[in-house]
Amino acid sequence: MAMTLNDDQNMLRDSARDFMASEAPVTHFRKFRDMGCKDGFSHGLWKQFAEMGFTGILIPEADGGMGMGQIEAGIVLEEIGRNLSPSPFLTTSVAAVEALKLADKAMRDRWFPGILAGETVIGIAIEEGVKHRPEKIACVATRSGNGFKLTGQKQFVVQGASSDMLIVAARTAGAAGETDGLTLFAVDKDAAGLSMEATRLVDSAVAAHVKLDGVQVDADAIIGEVDGGWSVLSKMLDAGRVGAAAEMVGVGTGAMDLTFDYLKTRKQFDRVIGEFQALQHRAAHLYGEMEGARSIVLKAQSLMDEGHAKAALYVAAAKAKAGLACNLAVREGVQMHGGIGMTDEYDIGLYMKRDRGLNEFFGDAYYHADRVATMNGY
Amino acid sequence: MSDLETFRAEARAWLEENCPAEMRTPAKGDDDVCWGGRNFVFQSEAQKLWLEACVAKGYTVPDWPKAYGGAGLSPQETKILRQEMARLGCRSPLNSFGIWMLGPALLKFGTEEQKVHYMGQIARGEIRWCQGYSEPGSGSDLVSMQTFGEDKGDHWVVNGQKIWTSYADKADWIFCLVRTDKANKYHGISFLLFDMETAGVSTKPIKLISGNSPFCETFFDNVVVPKDQLVGEINRGWDVAKYLLGHEREMISGMGGDGGVTSIGAAMKAVLAEEPVLRAQMALFDVDNLTFRAHGERFMDEWKTGKAHPAYSNLMKYVGTELNKKRNELVMSIGGSQALEWESERANGGSKARNWLRTKANSIEGGTSEVMLNVVSKRILEMPGA
Repeated sequence: MAMTLNDDQNMLRDSARDFMASEAPVTHFRKFRDMGCKDGFSHGLWKQFAEMGFTGILIPEADGGMGMGQIEAGIVLEEIGRNLSPSPFLTTSVAAVEALKLADKAMRDRWFPGILAGETVIGIAIEEGVKHRPEKIACVATRSGNGFKLTGQKQFVVQGASSDMLIVAARTAGAAGETDGLTLFAVDKDAAGLSMEATRLVDSAVAAHVKLDGVQVDADAIIGEVDGGWSVLSKMLDAGRVGAAAEMVGVGTGAMDLTFDYLKTRKQFDRVIGEFQALQHRAAHLYGEMEGARSIVLKAQSLMDEGHAKAALYVAAAKAKAGLACNLAVREGVQMHGGIGMTDEYDIGLYMKRDRGLNEFFGDAYYHADRVATMNGY
Repeated sequence: MSDLETFRAEARAWLEENCPAEMRTPAKGDDDVCWGGRNFVFQSEAQKLWLEACVAKGYTVPDWPKAYGGAGLSPQETKILRQEMARLGCRSPLNSFGIWMLGPALLKFGTEEQKVHYMGQIARGEIRWCQGYSEPGSGSDLVSMQTFGEDKGDHWVVNGQKIWTSYADKADWIFCLVRTDKANKYHGISFLLFDMETAGVSTKPIKLISGNSPFCETFFDNVVVPKDQLVGEINRGWDVAKYLLGHEREMISGMGGDGGVTSIGAAMKAVLAEEPVLRAQMALFDVDNLTFRAHGERFMDEWKTGKAHPAYSNLMKYVGTELNKKRNELVMSIGGSQALEWESERANGGSKARNWLRTKANSIEGGTSEVMLNVVSKRILEMPGA
């Protein structure tokens, strides 16, 4: 396919751009941060997302959704990133939906309507250490009754404590380090033995540490196949990764635009600082990095939508590149703003915090560069 | 089947039938590339057959109009043809500054007679062109050039000197910037075409740090150039030159070994496994390389549909050339002491070291990286100041 957006995609971008700018701009984020909101996002906004059709963007038409792909989800995510709009879109409408698409009809019927209505929030309970290591999952699921009993702990479960359901990856066979023997479960928030400690992150998102102390789930809680969870997990993670990358394109572009505007207005030594070549060259270099990130993210999205064999390689490269470029954008942003960039009052620092969170989410740039090396055969 | 799918099937079948097996392997070096021209000696029968087949089909310049030697393909068809050629590993049938640079300029600024005559020659690989832009005192500040053409009624008499003229010693004709009005800096330059065999033209190769001499100094001593060899309007050659530089930057940005996404790391697995920091550098390079290929694809799609910023090729030139330099630094590091060998057969005549040194010019020729960043910053980002 051509690496340009088509007319429908441009229309979606325009409507997502207008919507985020008017309904969920940075002032919206500040308001919820400053009130110390326990969820870290507005349930009212999540309902508005549903009214716009965003929440079901990846849900198949047969299940009542829009039946669109990663490119369209990414269009929404870029605008979320640009405006720092807090929402469960990435976890619920992208990662969780990609996993649930591979579940049976009963499971889809149970969760998709709530997502479509903007009422349901789903947490992704994968991480067990401070770094993204999905193949090292040790949380255990042992056979019990007609289902399984889950025991272990999870962390960095974004919006976990606000979720109606957690997608939990656990080991039904094999040992930590093996990709075989994993199974994904849909665990209800009220399940006995499930406890959570919510913790606020640097970017004001709220994540949970989750304890699973013999949580009993029935066989109908299984997403995909027993012991064959890796393929579902990979699909979910890759959607989350390319989605986080798209959001970082938005965060980086938002930070870059703020910074370039500042360069064109701030005066020192009797001239606008954007006249200085030392800053111009850094600005142009940054622009090139962000343009590259935008391109590889679009390429990864389109390969995922095609079901291309190389999609995983490009997703890893896209998450790495978007992470590096967005990180450069926020670092240059704070530096070029000078003292004002260090103030809470000014927005650029908020972009820096958000970048840090997204860079870590679903694996950092170094993790994914390492995967690129492995997939490239060295 | 859609029209494009039909075209893909036809192109694939045509390539299968017409591209000789020997032309489906990478060229062994610059001497193994077909440049065409009056004095070109084919390296093999296969090279000759492949060129002839492509000339007959219009595939040396597939997107040029049929009247000027092309196949009249649409941008989508051209992209498909290139994909199919890459899939089979087909070499480019003809490398040519005429194709990459002069042709597009003629298409935009030339007269109908010039298009038919010169573009046809280029498409058929009959004339090899070189470019006369830089002068000893005019590098990045190209517009300060002094080579002067004195008006003698039906012709000009050109005197002066060019430098960094790629393959001037092998070229048949030159497209050359000549000052025709000393009073007007930007609007005093004309874009002239002339035969390198004209009396008064001489060339002298420049030996580079790579040990090779792809560039020359070119001297003009009372060279007579008829007036019908002017492209575009008199004294408006800068417009043609700027347009053409855009194409040159596009071309240089595409440089990068095989021009593809294949990692050079796999073949060097053993070395990389023992040096984790080098492996990490290689991994980050691969991320940037995949990024650049996707970026280039997106740029071409936007360029062809008129959505790209007119100065965008400057960005691609900057990113692509810096990336290629990085690639060659890694090739040298991975190659170790063998990559240092300058002449041995073991080291393929020092090809790694020579290529590494050659790539240092990528971010100088056709506009330095610093000039590219200036242009991006001013024209795309609209930063203030002179």
